[in-house]
Amino acid sequence: MATAPKDTSFTAETSRLDAKALVKDLVGTAVLTLLLLTPIVSYKTIMNQGALVLDTRWTLVVALTFVVVVGRLLLHLFVWAPKRPSLTKAVKSVPTVARDTWAPFRKFLNLGLFAIALLVPLIFYLIPGWDKRGIDFAITIMIYIMLGWGLNIVVGLAGLLDLGYVAFYAVGAYAYALLSTVYLPMWFGTGVVPWAFYIVLPLAGLLAALWGVILGFPVLRLRGDYLAIVTLAFGEIIRLVLINWFSFTNGPQGINVPKATFFGLPFKDEPGGFADFFGIAHDRLYSYVFLYYVILGLALVTFFATNRLRRLPIGRAWEALREDEIACRSLGINTTTTKLTAFAIGAMFGGFAGSFFAARQGFVSPESFVYIESALILAIVVLGGLGSQIGIVFSALAIIGSFELFREMGGLGDMIGGLIYLVLPDAIAEPIVSSISAFFGSIATLFYSLLPTSAQEALSGLAGSDPVQFRMLAVGLAMVLMMRWRPRGMVTRRDPTVFLKVKKSVSADLVSQGHG
Amino acid sequence: MTLDWTTDPELRVEHLTMRFGGLTAIGDLSFDVGRKQITALIGPNGAGKTTVFNCITGFYKPSEGLIRLRHPGGKEFLLERMDDFRITQHAKVARTFQNIRLFSGMTALENLMVAQHNALMLASGYTIGGLLGSKRYKRRENEAIETAKYWLNKTHLIARADDPAGDLPYGAQRRLEIARAMCTGPRLLCLDEPAAGLNPRESEELNKLLISVRDDHNMAILLIEHDMSVVMGISDHIVVLDYGRKISDGTPGHVKNDPAVIRAYLGVDDDEADDLNPAKMGVAKGEAIAGRTAKEVAKKGGRT
Repeated sequence: MATAPKDTSFTAETSRLDAKALVKDLVGTAVLTLLLLTPIVSYKTIMNQGALVLDTRWTLVVALTFVVVVGRLLLHLFVWAPKRPSLTKAVKSVPTVARDTWAPFRKFLNLGLFAIALLVPLIFYLIPGWDKRGIDFAITIMIYIMLGWGLNIVVGLAGLLDLGYVAFYAVGAYAYALLSTVYLPMWFGTGVVPWAFYIVLPLAGLLAALWGVILGFPVLRLRGDYLAIVTLAFGEIIRLVLINWFSFTNGPQGINVPKATFFGLPFKDEPGGFADFFGIAHDRLYSYVFLYYVILGLALVTFFATNRLRRLPIGRAWEALREDEIACRSLGINTTTTKLTAFAIGAMFGGFAGSFFAARQGFVSPESFVYIESALILAIVVLGGLGSQIGIVFSALAIIGSFELFREMGGLGDMIGGLIYLVLPDAIAEPIVSSISAFFGSIATLFYSLLPTSAQEALSGLAGSDPVQFRMLAVGLAMVLMMRWRPRGMVTRRDPTVFLKVKKSVSADLVSQGHG
Repeated sequence: MTLDWTTDPELRVEHLTMRFGGLTAIGDLSFDVGRKQITALIGPNGAGKTTVFNCITGFYKPSEGLIRLRHPGGKEFLLERMDDFRITQHAKVARTFQNIRLFSGMTALENLMVAQHNALMLASGYTIGGLLGSKRYKRRENEAIETAKYWLNKTHLIARADDPAGDLPYGAQRRLEIARAMCTGPRLLCLDEPAAGLNPRESEELNKLLISVRDDHNMAILLIEHDMSVVMGISDHIVVLDYGRKISDGTPGHVKNDPAVIRAYLGVDDDEADDLNPAKMGVAKGEAIAGRTAKEVAKKGGRT
């Protein structure tokens, strides 16, 4: 098969396996698989109007051989590799100062990510059919990145396990909803409504911080599991109050709220709107791009504020609290206020994000603030690596990204196809796209045909259902695998906040995960 | 030289009693810690030494008794009614722990910066000034780094300033914990078994460090220690506890020759206690105590 020579170059670099032996092995595997599959898979009898017809399935044979060869290659590289140090050995000689293999790239990583973040609307704009959808998708991810960064203060830095973070998100969202629809017009007249977002944003943060303190007080003495349970309950209490206090929150029906405006100019196709003011044609795209940059700005504020806080005494006290609370007290640190500030500041960023969420959706209801949201944000923080801000970016991309992709299964193929069409001329792109979809299609069909009839029926039943239903399954599976291979999350190093000569990052094995 | 710790003591413990349910861990204990003196609290395992420490540093609230701390200016603190962190913050008592409690995921320097939290917090305008990048905070932070550097030098840890604390060898961690306690700017330093697990050379270095802390920084030190080479070598004043009660109190010379002390350390079984003739033991007493200690340290080493 054509894959064999490609494989050698790959192994020569990454594995110490003898490349020649490997190629031999893989070619042997391919031949054996082909021999076996030819009689079993390549022919199929079909009943065609009473006549028995022989159908050939050579594509499937090739596809399956490819799968087997690649699988064996992976086994050689990652499972059977003889010279690879075993996991137990690696644990024994834990490098306590983290080996920083990415060091040369790290300097540019943050800048690179920032540049990409700035260019996201442009990138999606260039992919046909994905301009609004893609930017909206980016906004969602950015909200979760911001929430992750906010929760990171509480869980990652101060080591206080908070399962009810979504409560502060809800406080922020409802603060915007109620103030912009009821109280601001009542106090200052309707003229202020277009500016509501800008007025309410700081207020929402303050209100959420206040609720953070209110939650903080009763849980000060709790640790670990007990703290987690109480915060979880707090999150649910907020949601239940939102559902049941009908006269104030309009209950489960939710509230329609004015969307964010461009400094007073609504994104509407009407005189006085954004498009009209600038004399351009109305397009909903402007609203998406604007919202994207707003949330990018908010997220960056969270990022830089947290970074700065880490280098201030309060941030060091948070981390010391995570490491050892008793030692903290022996050094004269008031752990009560330290915990409360962590809760309050974490909650404040959640409030900002909630306020933005409401202004973007134009609608809030208690349904948006269910427990699973808290769990998701916590999963983002844990998966990213406790305390690591860049890790959170990647884990938010992975988790929320995969969620949205499940939502738009078809959309993914469209997007890849769209990208290929964008890069290559149509004449070349078309056969490539069709062969890709044929290839994946044939693999799927193959596995389907190999299944017993009962499973096929079950699958065809599922195929009609919404793939969204599978997303939790997939995320759960990813989580299990992640915790198996990288239990401390994606980024497992801690940057010291101050240094004399060299900045050495601290390995996660030494960093405590907090007592709850 | 006559040493007196009863007139104008740094710390005066009066009738301290600590009960845990039915168990009286400390019973009616009174002693003084003199200014600019090293006071050792010794006694067999389970005598209640660490409990005394926890009462002084506010981790336990004593059942009875007074713990007074007087600063040279005359300011007096009643430690038994203060929160633990306020004792460090206002009364200026710093402590180390028997089982080292460093922030192991933070570097040695960061550990010492955390110890200066209260001063830095004030300088950063309770975070707000620091967030806005105030010059005053920058200056104060640099001063804090200088203080940290001073103590790192003093404890021979300057070369490892940027290494995580959990990565340091055992002896270095002990020294770092002392440096961290000193960075809080204390008047009274309470050390819980600072020499446990140290080799003789490290013990010797520790002695020098403690003497320098006492003489160069005019500090009172209260230490719990089993290593008699440390206790006898540097203490000005020794208080001996057994089963939560004070059995001896005085200079090292006095305590070394006190029959009650020898009984507490050696007279484990009743029949042995009868045979024990203090007069015969004359020469070997010091060594005998030291021998018992070595065994205890070995046992401790096995446990930790």
